[in-house]
Amino acid sequence: MATETHGAEEGGLVFHPMDQFKIEPAFGDGAIGMFTVTNATVWMALAVVATFALLVLGSSKRAMIPSRMQSVAELAYGFVYKMVEDICGKEGVKYFPYIMTLFMFIVCANFLGLIPTSFTPTSHFAVTVVLALAVFLTVTILGFVKNGAAFLGLFWVASAPLPLRPVLAIIELISYFVRPVSHSIRLAGNVMAGHAVIKVFAGFAAITVISPVSVVAITAMYGLEVLVSFIQAYVFTILTCVYLKDALHPSH
Amino acid sequence: MEGELAHIGAGLAAIGSGAAAIGVGNVAGNYLAGALRNPSAAASQTATLFIGIAFAEALGIFSFLVALLLMFAV
Amino acid sequence: MATETHSAADAAAAGPGMPQLDFSTWGNQIFWLVLALIATYLILSRVALPRIGAVLAERQGTITNDIAAAEDLKAKAIEAEAAYDKALLDARAEAQRIVAAAKAEIQADLDVAISKADAEIAAKAAESAKAISEIRASALENVKVVAKDTTKEIVAAMGGKADAKTVTAAVTARMKG
Repeated sequence: MATETHGAEEGGLVFHPMDQFKIEPAFGDGAIGMFTVTNATVWMALAVVATFALLVLGSSKRAMIPSRMQSVAELAYGFVYKMVEDICGKEGVKYFPYIMTLFMFIVCANFLGLIPTSFTPTSHFAVTVVLALAVFLTVTILGFVKNGAAFLGLFWVASAPLPLRPVLAIIELISYFVRPVSHSIRLAGNVMAGHAVIKVFAGFAAITVISPVSVVAITAMYGLEVLVSFIQAYVFTILTCVYLKDALHPSH
Repeated sequence: MEGELAHIGAGLAAIGSGAAAIGVGNVAGNYLAGALRNPSAAASQTATLFIGIAFAEALGIFSFLVALLLMFAV
Repeated sequence: MATETHSAADAAAAGPGMPQLDFSTWGNQIFWLVLALIATYLILSRVALPRIGAVLAERQGTITNDIAAAEDLKAKAIEAEAAYDKALLDARAEAQRIVAAAKAEIQADLDVAISKADAEIAAKAAESAKAISEIRASALENVKVVAKDTTKEIVAAMGGKADAKTVTAAVTARMKG
């Protein structure tokens, strides 16, 4: 069991890389019920506030020549809008607010999670699984509503030779149901891995000789994490777009 | 005993992260090679690049997850 | 699995394991996440996105207008340049015309002056020629007189008696010869 060895190894060197993901009540102590305000709640709320500050307060002047905040807001808008339009086509633009919501929430949560001693909601499977399942269910329901039984054509590869089609159908079906799994675990795993690695390097700083190396390594990892934070939000969003395109145009 | 075996398993599972690194490098390297041959088409394929990297990396993340589960949850 | 035995209190007591797999907190997280997503969605779809979209569209419109205005101004500038070029050409032609006229005038003046000078010169020359011929005639006359006188003297000195008429006739005959 991990419990027995934890904290006792390497002569006083202690690693608690997972402690930063612990969910605790934000105010006071006690058990965590359904509606307890926890640190996860606080940082999710801050992500919402950051989104609000960037997109609503940033654009509140409606300036023809944008201020810095407004430029960033417009950049985010154009970035996601172009992505949706490029991948899903004109019909996909209807779902732009939904995708923008996912993108802004993930990117804000990721970046806020990079603040030292903060908490990253997106490192929790509970959060990413809900996000991925929401996408999965939306896409599946939308596919059937828009295309009816023709949506099943997604699994029946018409361009393949006939004997191969049942095999391909099984593979396609499996890959379709693995989508939400990989979709959620990719985001949570990446964020968690980066934070845990930084924490491990921080643990090495306890040894005086190694500590400069540790500081440099933490700095480098932090830079990588900034990149990963954005790229994972981007990847989550772009995969949502790709799945949405499958629902809108199921033919291969 | 079980704990030690779990730790060994975690180390073995971490090899998968290295394999994913090879995969990601493959994707990025081939993208770069293609982009240098035909730079005008490169910009339109960045989205595909990131999707490919994401898929390659997801499998590495799975093995990382297995390692974490063995370390902390078994 | 160890997580199954973890209660929330255990997790809070610095226990090991992955907090992610502590399913006792999932309900809480999912509840707040759904709330956060709904809040974000409402903020975005009701306020932020229409506003930013409107600003972008407006800017696009302004840019299009400005570009059209710029095209207009450019056309005007080209027109003005053409007019300027034309004016320049006209002015140049005018200048050339004036220069030619002035030249012709000067030429005419010059011709008149030259012909006048020629006439004067011719008059002067004629006058001079006349004076010269007069001088020549008077000189001939003088020579005749001197020759008669000299002949008379010579004849007288030779002891003859010179008849004035004869001498004159002889001298005149000689001088003609």
